[in-house]
Amino acid sequence: MSDFDTEIDTSGLNCPLPVLKARKMLNEMSASQRLRLICTDTGALKDIPAFCKMTGNPLLSSDQVDGKLYFIIEKGA
Amino acid sequence: MAKKLAIIASKGTLDGAYPPFLLASTAAALGFEAKIFFTFYGLQLLKKELSLKVSPLGNPAMPMPVPVPSIVQIIPGLEAFATWMMQRKLKKKGVASVAELREICLESDVELIACQMTVDLFDFKNSDFIDGISHGGAATFLEFASEADITLYI
Repeated sequence: MSDFDTEIDTSGLNCPLPVLKARKMLNEMSASQRLRLICTDTGALKDIPAFCKMTGNPLLSSDQVDGKLYFIIEKGA
Repeated sequence: MAKKLAIIASKGTLDGAYPPFLLASTAAALGFEAKIFFTFYGLQLLKKELSLKVSPLGNPAMPMPVPVPSIVQIIPGLEAFATWMMQRKLKKKGVASVAELREICLESDVELIACQMTVDLFDFKNSDFIDGISHGGAATFLEFASEADITLYI
């Protein structure tokens, strides 16, 4: 897994909270900083890539370990 | 230019409250400009004190722990029970509350518009509603909707 600057754990939270929490955190970050987002909502598997695509924040990686999803999102310019 | 989402919220039940606030808050997170036009029973979603309910009556698709025949569903308290059950389930599954999603909508500049005609029709007062909303009519909604990428009637 890549390095990251900030992390949010949304374990136990359901749609659309992981997206909304990612948005809030990315608003506070500066360009090219990396956010690690942890989710247990399986809908996030599709929602986070869609969110990243629409907002121009590149999704660097997504991993699934022990029922949890780990996304690394880079804050776009 | 930002994409636009226009929603008409016409339902005032607990389950009916989710789609407009959920989609509008998510749209704002995706960079949309979003507006929700609240009309008829949808105005309940703008009340300061939310007391939204859900009823199995007339809704045969609502999952119940045991089958409850329609004739029994008129018993006082059953609606309150169904609402309590739904709220408990929403919390247990980590779903945001309606108030929480509404707050996120306001924070992320989703415009919440109360239909003036139905506000007058039901004799609601502006003091019944939360701060930060605006008022408008059919033309207000249609002007925005005419430029919207997505328009939903809920």
